Amino acid sequence: MELDRETLIKLYTTMATIRNFEERGIPETGQRAMSASVHSSAGQEAVPTGICAHLTDEDYIGSTHRGHGHCIAKGVDPKLMMAELFGRATGPNKGKGGSMHIADMSKGMLGTNGVVAASVPLAVGAALTSKLKNLGRVAVAFFGDGGANQGVLHESMNLASVWKLPVIFCCENNGYAESTPVEYGLSVANVSDRAAGYNMPGILVDGMDVFAVYDAAGQAVTRARAGEGPSMLECRTYRYYGHTVFDNPLSYRTKEEEDHWRARDPLKQFRETVIPQGDITAEELDQIDKDAEQLMEEAIKFADESPMPEPAELYDDVYVSYPKELLKRGSNMEI
Amino acid sequence: MTSMAATGTREIQYREAINEAIRQEMERDESVIIMGEEIAGGAGREHLGIVDAWGGPFRTTVGLIQQFGNQRVLDTPLSEAAFVGAAIGASSTGMRAIAELMFVDFVGVCMDQLLNNAAKMRYMFGGQVKVPFTLLTRIGAGFGSAAQHSESYYSIFSHIPGLKGVCPSDAYTAKGLLTAAIRDDDPVVYFEHKGLYGQTGLVPEEPYELPLGKARTVREGTDVTLVGISKMTWVCTAAAEELAKSGVQAEVVDLLSISPIDYDHVIESVKRTHRLVVVDEDTPICSLASEICARVAEEAFDYLDAPPSRVTAPHTPVPYSRSLENNYMPNEARVISTVQGLMARG
Repeated sequence: MELDRETLIKLYTTMATIRNFEERGIPETGQRAMSASVHSSAGQEAVPTGICAHLTDEDYIGSTHRGHGHCIAKGVDPKLMMAELFGRATGPNKGKGGSMHIADMSKGMLGTNGVVAASVPLAVGAALTSKLKNLGRVAVAFFGDGGANQGVLHESMNLASVWKLPVIFCCENNGYAESTPVEYGLSVANVSDRAAGYNMPGILVDGMDVFAVYDAAGQAVTRARAGEGPSMLECRTYRYYGHTVFDNPLSYRTKEEEDHWRARDPLKQFRETVIPQGDITAEELDQIDKDAEQLMEEAIKFADESPMPEPAELYDDVYVSYPKELLKRGSNMEI
Repeated sequence: MTSMAATGTREIQYREAINEAIRQEMERDESVIIMGEEIAGGAGREHLGIVDAWGGPFRTTVGLIQQFGNQRVLDTPLSEAAFVGAAIGASSTGMRAIAELMFVDFVGVCMDQLLNNAAKMRYMFGGQVKVPFTLLTRIGAGFGSAAQHSESYYSIFSHIPGLKGVCPSDAYTAKGLLTAAIRDDDPVVYFEHKGLYGQTGLVPEEPYELPLGKARTVREGTDVTLVGISKMTWVCTAAAEELAKSGVQAEVVDLLSISPIDYDHVIESVKRTHRLVVVDEDTPICSLASEICARVAEEAFDYLDAPPSRVTAPHTPVPYSRSLENNYMPNEARVISTVQGLMARG
């Protein structure tokens, strides 16, 4: 595929930003004792990058618990994301959501989500909005190989197909639902085989190859924008770390397997493809890596210097309108 | 807000009041859509001349599809998790979606979308999103429909921060509360009682809102406060009429809103009557009845002449056989004997 230089730079920059966010941001979050519920998407960068490159801020995505990459690829500011992970008032969610609920409605980012496949019908609903209002927008519903076995996904794919909605169902198959290997929990060889049951294209994609993802996503997005209905992409990928920061993945997988996938690292593959073609030099990509590293230092600084939410913000934004005193009446709260 | 213009007020059914509220809001606001199972019925058979085959399982949505078309009146597959979730997603991206859950008993299959998305998105997202979503659903035993089509699970929704809920008790409140629910920018669960559909009442033709979170007094009294929820309000008024014959004057409060709960209205009444009985068709443990009794005990203890009391369904599923089901729901006799017991304490 022939991609212009600007697109190539954008793809690599997004992947490098995601990688650096995961590698730097997650340990820093841990050091601040903020959360155990943080999930690294390092290794999976090509998937959100290749897909969201076809989207604008007007399009929608629904994300997962492993959603930092989706946020960055959809344009959410990593500085604000870092602040959210650190529980700061300057986060997009004002410190109320954390890693598993990062949302930025101004970017069409309908939230990372702590319940597996729970954001899928939200994306379907956003696609319905687009269809009913003739907005020409598409929605991408990200889910994992674990989410592939949730009932709501089945219902949502059927509904989107029946209503011919502009949705791309994107399975990031990273091989493991927590510690459970995908082959144990899946009744078919490929998640994408199931697309046939909903009368939509099911495309199996090398999720370590950003160009393969970009190409397949382009077709699915074009189909959705043309009003031809939903598609499913299954992107085979790998998470380099455990389910959460506290999980040792070598308790259920082998070092050999990890090495095999790391040898196919999406950033490395990008370099090996692009540099020989002469479009971009190694030095330019090195500089993008350095910029991403620098961005994380700035993000960490920004987050650390940001205030924590005021205690009374506990009661804010439960509702648009509700008698505030009823949020604590009878609880003997002291604030 | 509430307008009771004398002109244009006529007697219609509870069912018709619901239909009228939906229709008028869809006329008023193009972003209002409705989706659910059999809300029109016979979907996709237009080529055979079939449109609106059912008009809704209880004919609350009849005629909407003819007026607004099948892009705004959306019959769904039997997929509550998907369409409730989609309605929430649509409502968070610019629509004002209504979804109909045929019976509240079915909430298990879509509860995650209500509990983890509708109720929490605004809070989790730091106020970035409004979810102007209305869930219509049905409660009420007494129809021989047994345990999976008859429950009155509204208390569990009172328990969930982020959701609002209303239980209209007559045609007037049915229309006013539904209009308010649809216009509200928060997710609202609207509980229709199956035993009230045919009941008629005076309803203004023009649209009007009744405020969410406000109870009303439907009968004044001095000796005991009876709080009714949904159809139980009329069990309370019937009991009050009977009690009056023996000189006991019961005040009847129609709760109407299960979140926010109008505690102040109840407490103000109890401070005058010094006795409280909450009549709740839901099961008793961790119920709305329990909550109101606890709150009154905490905040009006010194005014009470007798323990705050409950008349509820038992802690059992709804039974099938008439001989069992007839004893399941709170009735006048149980309310009367409960009040008499409280009066006997002095």
